[in-house]
Amino acid sequence: MAKVKKLSPIAIGFILLLVFWQFAIFIGGHQSALFPPPLKVGEALLAIISDGSLFAHIQISLFRFFSGYLAAVIVAVILGLLLGRSMLVWKVVDPIVQVLRPVSPIAWSPFIVLWFGIGNMPAIVIIFIAAFFPVLLSTVSAVKKVDRTYLRIASNFEMSPFETLRKIVLPASFPMIANGLHMALGSAWIFLVAGEMVGAQSGLGFLIIDARNSLSLDLVMACIVVIGVLGLALDKGIHYFESWVNRIWGSAK
Amino acid sequence: MIDIRNVSKSYSEQGPTVLQDISFDIKKGEVIAILGKSGCGKSTLLNCIGGFEAVNNGQILLDEVSIRKPSKRCIMLMQNYGLLPWRSVRKNVELGIENISLSKQEISERTLHYLRMVGLEDRANALPSELSGGMQQRVAIARALAMQPEVILMDEPFGALDTFTRYYLQDELMQIQRREKMTIVLVTHDIDEAIYLADRILIMKPNPGEIHKEIVLRLPKERNRADADFQHYRELIFNEFQFTHETTIEFNI
Ligand SMILES: Nc1ncnc2c1ncn2[C@@H]1O[C@H](COP(=O)(O)OP(=O)(O)OP(=O)(O)O)[C@@H](O)[C@H]1O
Ligand SMILES: [Mg+2]
Repeated sequence: MAKVKKLSPIAIGFILLLVFWQFAIFIGGHQSALFPPPLKVGEALLAIISDGSLFAHIQISLFRFFSGYLAAVIVAVILGLLLGRSMLVWKVVDPIVQVLRPVSPIAWSPFIVLWFGIGNMPAIVIIFIAAFFPVLLSTVSAVKKVDRTYLRIASNFEMSPFETLRKIVLPASFPMIANGLHMALGSAWIFLVAGEMVGAQSGLGFLIIDARNSLSLDLVMACIVVIGVLGLALDKGIHYFESWVNRIWGSAK
Repeated sequence: MIDIRNVSKSYSEQGPTVLQDISFDIKKGEVIAILGKSGCGKSTLLNCIGGFEAVNNGQILLDEVSIRKPSKRCIMLMQNYGLLPWRSVRKNVELGIENISLSKQEISERTLHYLRMVGLEDRANALPSELSGGMQQRVAIARALAMQPEVILMDEPFGALDTFTRYYLQDELMQIQRREKMTIVLVTHDIDEAIYLADRILIMKPNPGEIHKEIVLRLPKERNRADADFQHYRELIFNEFQFTHETTIEFNI
């Protein structure tokens, strides 16, 4: 019963979306080739599910996504911890970050292709860039906000700088960092498709380009649905990750 | 053991003098209470003794060596307990003894020993947030004791607690002090607490912070708040305060 209650608002939302979608087609009188109705999209979706190609594309897309995302998280958190602890260095680095951050990762794609070739790398690098800055900035500001009391304890207990980072700064700033990880996941996922439009021969982004080239807009729409649903699943996933880490953080070792 | 020689301190060049020409010494195993109204520089003095703040003039010596930074020999109990919320009670107590050359078993034995001393061995796996304020303060005391420091600095350790918990913890602290023989410097604005715990009381006066008077308590270690002697000191100190301040002061009985 409780499960039904929790599910139903989500179900209602999706049903409403489908109804509007169908309605817009009736009202506008669009050609189904230009604005495919839900049923045709469903058929296209079933077709790529049943021939197995969808899962191959999802698999490679997720591989690229997590390679780029996790690499960005590791590098950005470590850098953020160090930079956040050293105000002097951060004052120098901050303007550079502020100049680089607003540049869309896609803008780098000509260089990325030149430097990394085609295949998996361009998408991974673009996702890396997309995830890197939000994680870096949230880590730095989390480290700067660490309660001074904790740092006093660290110096009172004669902890080494590394110990202070590991035992005090990282756990104390963790909730805010996790928030940054969450935000970065969303923005990095947005750039997956764009990344795979740069020289990839597989993946969900490639599938969209491929379907567009053969003018099957129902397939394009099916891909959009898949990307959206996967994005939602990832968001839910990191939510569980967040609460899981928060739970074990206290009694952990 | 601790020698404070002509110490002056202000937080900035043009700023007001917070401490002016303060001199006294603290003998090993002694309990000193520093009493004074809010803003007279008690916390500042304690922070200087702990090595958390540098002095502008004069020096503070611990066994003839000038104190320049915080050390394990001199542990500060923070006003808000300073427990790490992501660590269990046990892990909090272990924090200060993890990085010294003790085996895992010795660490956990010592931790349990001091948790038992403050009566919290059954809450070892709880998180600080699951404990009352008085229990949290006891964990903080156990954590300080586990490091077996020579000096414990306390900044209004029981200020946030209700009267009964405060009495209980004062008793507990007295017993532990008699057993472990550590030196205690206690900042408080509770006259009764000072008379109950201290061997010597230093009364500070503000603007600039100076030692106004030193009172040596000639009372047995086992004290009774209802004694005539106790009442005598209470009046003595109260009169000192009326003498130095027009404003009313906090007066707990
Ligand atoms: N970090 C700081 N920077 C600048 N001024 C400070 C700082 N800490 C304290 N002061 C100033 O020094 C003076 C003494 O402060 P201190 O905290 O030592 O008083 P206190 O006796 O501990 O007061 P309370 O009983 O309220 O805790 C105050 O005038 C305060 O404004
Ligand atoms: Mg104070």
